[in-house]
Amino acid sequence: MSQVDSHLIEFLLRQGDNPLILGHRTSEWCGHAPALEEDIALANTALDLIGQTQLWLSYAAEVEGGGRSNNDLAFLRDVYDFRNVLMVEVPNEDFARTMVRQFLFDAFQVPWLTTLQASSDQRVSDIAIKSLKEALYHLERSSDTVIALGDGTELSNDRMQTALNYLWPYSGEFFGEDDTDKAMEKRDIAPLPVSIRETWNSTVSSTLDTANLIAPSDPFAHSGGRTGVRHTEHLGHLLATMQTLQRSHPGAQW
Amino acid sequence: MYAQSIRSTGKAVQSLEDMSAEDRQFQERINRGEKIEPKDYMPAAYRENLIRQIGQHAHSEIVGQLPEGNWISRAPTLERKANLLAKVQDEAGHGLYLYCAAETLGVSRDDLFGMLHTGKMKYSSIFNYPTLTWADMGAVGWLVDGAAIMNQVPLQNTSYGPYARAMVRICKEESFHQRQGFHIMIAMAKNGNDEQHRMAQDALNRFWYPSLMMFGPSDKDSVHSAQSMAWKIKMNTNDELRQKFVDATVPQAEFLGLSIPDDHLNWNEKTNQYNYSEPDWNEFNDVLAGNGPCNTERLDARKKAWSDGAWVREGMMAHAAKKAERKAERQAV
Repeated sequence: MSQVDSHLIEFLLRQGDNPLILGHRTSEWCGHAPALEEDIALANTALDLIGQTQLWLSYAAEVEGGGRSNNDLAFLRDVYDFRNVLMVEVPNEDFARTMVRQFLFDAFQVPWLTTLQASSDQRVSDIAIKSLKEALYHLERSSDTVIALGDGTELSNDRMQTALNYLWPYSGEFFGEDDTDKAMEKRDIAPLPVSIRETWNSTVSSTLDTANLIAPSDPFAHSGGRTGVRHTEHLGHLLATMQTLQRSHPGAQW
Repeated sequence: MYAQSIRSTGKAVQSLEDMSAEDRQFQERINRGEKIEPKDYMPAAYRENLIRQIGQHAHSEIVGQLPEGNWISRAPTLERKANLLAKVQDEAGHGLYLYCAAETLGVSRDDLFGMLHTGKMKYSSIFNYPTLTWADMGAVGWLVDGAAIMNQVPLQNTSYGPYARAMVRICKEESFHQRQGFHIMIAMAKNGNDEQHRMAQDALNRFWYPSLMMFGPSDKDSVHSAQSMAWKIKMNTNDELRQKFVDATVPQAEFLGLSIPDDHLNWNEKTNQYNYSEPDWNEFNDVLAGNGPCNTERLDARKKAWSDGAWVREGMMAHAAKKAERKAERQAV
């Protein structure tokens, strides 16, 4: 496999694993949300994310050219082969953490997919165009929820602030940079993630202001998810659940 | 069915002559096939019965999310995961339509939830059974949704307008779910390996009799349904629907290469239908009384979702109130 292809595969896995793992987490709410309307909306979000996963991982499998399918990539890789950011794999904990995470992620995805629409790679551009429509809607909903619950009661503000404090150190990883990112930039497939940091900062700070929430000042950022170097302990448990049937019945068709 | 433990008035159905003028007009409208709408006159007992029936149906939809929701995180492929999630989401949607239909009768969704949580209102017995393997996602779609359709298709013609209209939307989605379940069974029982076939048979073994119970007690023990039938809020007897379900399902099991777990099942040339064994009604009564395999878990899950979500609902309400207040202040300036 050429060097160029392996960077593209790495890039595509990063795009596909984020919605895969976040979609999985979001789907865990089904039947347990605070209100029926929220139950339906969370399931909608999870469905969009799973749909995006299928597109990205199908393309990754094609570029890989080894006969694997998007399902093989989702259900038969182990922890160290996953390329999602750490933030999406931490447990849901409560509605506050779920929605603050969704907001921080959406605030990244919207400008990110917007720039990917102009990718020199037609497939990347096509997937970005389709996914952006969903991401815009997700951002509208998650920012409305962050504002409502930040502004709501003392208790809801407190829960949202606790969630924000927990998640904040995981947000810096969105803007990681390594050889894959540089290779994608050089080929005009994707810009460097850091190029959208300003946009992310401004979306996040204006929403948090309106929500009466305070972004932590500590600049520390966890990393290791998007490179696969060191995931959290949570991912292994998530995969043990998600992959159980494919692992227990090799080769079975479902 | 989804409202299998409805006790109706318990009184004999009144003849038209014995009714008050208002009640007689009401009954005549129903007899003519007219729809009763929320603001129309209706006898108090009709209203009460409908609230209980629609409420139980709504509760069955949202409790019914749980046994299938149990497998969303373990679905074997991305397509199956998306399909299952969409299906369980539809059930939440059905719950929503039905709670809205019940609200037109003057009861709030919060009140209905309260009655579910305190055990004052029931939901279908079927959802108190566990889902143990992926084949259960097939069996639930095939059998449980299949049984639900038998009951719900006639309810599209029920006398209460908002309920009938909700059922039209629900039925469209239910038949899709039933096919989806059957496809899972085909993949496992017909096209799958030995282990998958075994899972499919095991799922059928466990879900067959609980599915038959969904139609409620035998007609000979269900003496209260005459009034509901006169009001057209119940359209067929329990045994009629159960027979229809058995007759439709047996050939499907044969197609799948699965055996119905009933040694006495046979085709009756005279009646042109299957003879089958009745489910264990003692087990049915145990499940209704709260002693099914998952009653405690199901109700606890609903209560936990409700109490864990209280701060969210209160936060949203407080924000809406503040927003309205700020808007009023701006307008006053």
